[in-house]
Amino acid sequence: MKIIKNKTIVEDDWHVLRLDEQDTAENITVATGKIIAPLRVWQAQRDSLQQRSDLGVWLGSAERPEELKDDLQKFAVIAVDFPRFADGRGYSIAYNLRVHLGYTGELRAIGDVLRDQLFYMQRVGFDAFAPRPDRDIEDALKGFADFSDVYQISYNQKLPLFRRVQRKGRTATG
Amino acid sequence: MYRYDEYDQQIVDERVAQYRDQVQRRLANELTENEFLPLRLQNGLYMQVHGYMLRIAVPYGLISAKQMRMFAHIARKYDRGYGHFTTRQNIQFNWLQLEDTPDLLADLASVEMHAIQTSGNCIRNITSDEYAGVAQDEVVDPRPYAEILRQWSTFHPEFAFLPRKFKIAISGGKEDRAAITAHDIGLSVTKNTQGEIGFRVLVGGGLGRTPIIGSEICEFVPWQHILTYSESILRIYNQYGRRDNKYKARIKILVKALGIDDFRRQVEEDWLAAKDGPGTITEEELNRVASFFTDPDYATLNDHNSALNEFKADNRSFSNWLQRNVKPHRVPGYAIVVLSLKKTGIAPGDATAEQMDQAADFAERYSFGELRITHKQNLVLADVKQADLIHLWKEASASGLATPNIGLLTDMISCPGAEFCTLANARSIPLAESIAERFDNLDFQHDIGEIELNISGCMNACGQNHIGNIGITGVEKKNHDEWYQVSIGGAKGNNSAIGKIIGPSFTFNQVPEAIDRLLQVYVRERIEAERFIDTVRRIGHAPFKEYVYATDFKVEQEAVADKHVVTPAKYIVPFYSPRF
Repeated sequence: MKIIKNKTIVEDDWHVLRLDEQDTAENITVATGKIIAPLRVWQAQRDSLQQRSDLGVWLGSAERPEELKDDLQKFAVIAVDFPRFADGRGYSIAYNLRVHLGYTGELRAIGDVLRDQLFYMQRVGFDAFAPRPDRDIEDALKGFADFSDVYQISYNQKLPLFRRVQRKGRTATG
Repeated sequence: MYRYDEYDQQIVDERVAQYRDQVQRRLANELTENEFLPLRLQNGLYMQVHGYMLRIAVPYGLISAKQMRMFAHIARKYDRGYGHFTTRQNIQFNWLQLEDTPDLLADLASVEMHAIQTSGNCIRNITSDEYAGVAQDEVVDPRPYAEILRQWSTFHPEFAFLPRKFKIAISGGKEDRAAITAHDIGLSVTKNTQGEIGFRVLVGGGLGRTPIIGSEICEFVPWQHILTYSESILRIYNQYGRRDNKYKARIKILVKALGIDDFRRQVEEDWLAAKDGPGTITEEELNRVASFFTDPDYATLNDHNSALNEFKADNRSFSNWLQRNVKPHRVPGYAIVVLSLKKTGIAPGDATAEQMDQAADFAERYSFGELRITHKQNLVLADVKQADLIHLWKEASASGLATPNIGLLTDMISCPGAEFCTLANARSIPLAESIAERFDNLDFQHDIGEIELNISGCMNACGQNHIGNIGITGVEKKNHDEWYQVSIGGAKGNNSAIGKIIGPSFTFNQVPEAIDRLLQVYVRERIEAERFIDTVRRIGHAPFKEYVYATDFKVEQEAVADKHVVTPAKYIVPFYSPRF
């Protein structure tokens, strides 16, 4: 499968594990290989999973990144799920992971990930994106270039525009 | 006023390009309507009854004559020759084609304007005091802070998909003219005892289905910290605001559920990490932005009373206008003039392209080339020489912009209602007109004095019915009949209050009579110069309720039946608009 990483399209072999209705966090078998497991599965099967070197975890939009506070270094990737692109909680989850919790590894947006949201997503700290598979991933790349500058701080820009550049005040001609 | 530098211009130009591409992808079906919807909404484009409606941002209500002329141009080129000024100091055009909207936005960008975040679940256009900078009671000019907040909120990456819309209002006078208690964040810019500038911050106010007066979250946030503090409020709301029910998704519901103390604790915990960080506003940036809001080149004048008094004595209409539409200015020899968009027979807030051009012309000749849009859907010329008032009055009268009714009964606030809006249950504008016709007599209106009558076509309360002294809300009942609830006792400003419904709903034709009866009680009970709202507060609801329902309403049933909002013919013939 192809994903976008650092604004380039790359092959990716991580598999996102999602629970079916009959599954529970306790009983689901986490296959070997590169699996991104739900937060609840990680919490339920922590003892066996924490031996693995190739584990990822994903957060649902209602879940709290603080729950991973002491485990951040155990994962090769953390993903945040967007159940619908208009559910904006994932932006604050990413921001909190990066800024408040200091996570520096790969942060991947999964779920309803679309071109027109990528500009915002990269700003709050996502560096990997799995666009919805029915969409053209090449086209999605254009989303990063929507704006060439921004006013406010976020994870990808630590200084607001007014601290970065000399801006003009009122001139004589008004 | 603020002028764009190359950064502002580039961001707005890039938005036009982005939006143009989104429209093309929508037309090519590369974007589904569901995917396009939030994108177009964040650009102010709604699908309404007739087609597309575009809401254009007028940041904190302030525009130049040149920008006003662009509205006139847009009205002529893309619409049907008029526009509608809104309660949030913006303007809406109702009859647009989707294909035209990218060009329209490019035209707007050429005069430093846009439609960014005028809709959608994001931080909306920031509103402020329409008399900012000129009011006699001003403590601190709110405009530089409003502009700094505008830039911070524009394309804020974390808060583009909030649980629901988010409105910020900022006021700097002793009297609150920005209804800050009815906003998601209400900011009162003020000075502490040491003379330092900061904000009293209210949170969780709002109207809609659950009207709530905002709670104070912080008594004084020093101005340097207002961006980081606001950001923390937004971050807590973005994470915990309800998303399962759009009617419970505003921040007011979260604040109410947590309680203001717990909400404050969470905000301040988040804020600790950002406080004093790079998001803190610098003195240099404040000075830069404030340099755009320095005083215009006022002449040194004395108050110009004698000539006005002479003319006033002979001219009743002028005298009425002076009394109602002219407000005191902090600089001697100057006055604030309100151009009324509430002429009987015209939808509240509507202006034709010709009137927009006229208003722009007045601004250039009489008021340093600037205008303001008010939350009561009128226009303001903020810096008029008192010596020019007679000329201006004559010209404004000829343009239909001098109805002497500011603050009176016919200076109503009304939402667009069911003829334009897909949410509304009821036709607000025809009701407003029917009320205006009934109470058109100016002597009667002047006798009744200051009163705020606000009309909303549905529970969403865009017409601010809850804070009207008299509030009217369209409620749908069986068979698509329109029914109207009437409330009294609502108020905005420093003594803001939510009105209480007086009793069972009325039909369309009963409403003017019900209002008449409320006014009769007021006239009977009032003491000296007491305003309607003061009488309501003093004697309570009971005498009003009792009198209104004491006798039957004699209205013709046929007339009542003539109001179906679903009749397509009604949409095609906009009989209420000034253009027809």
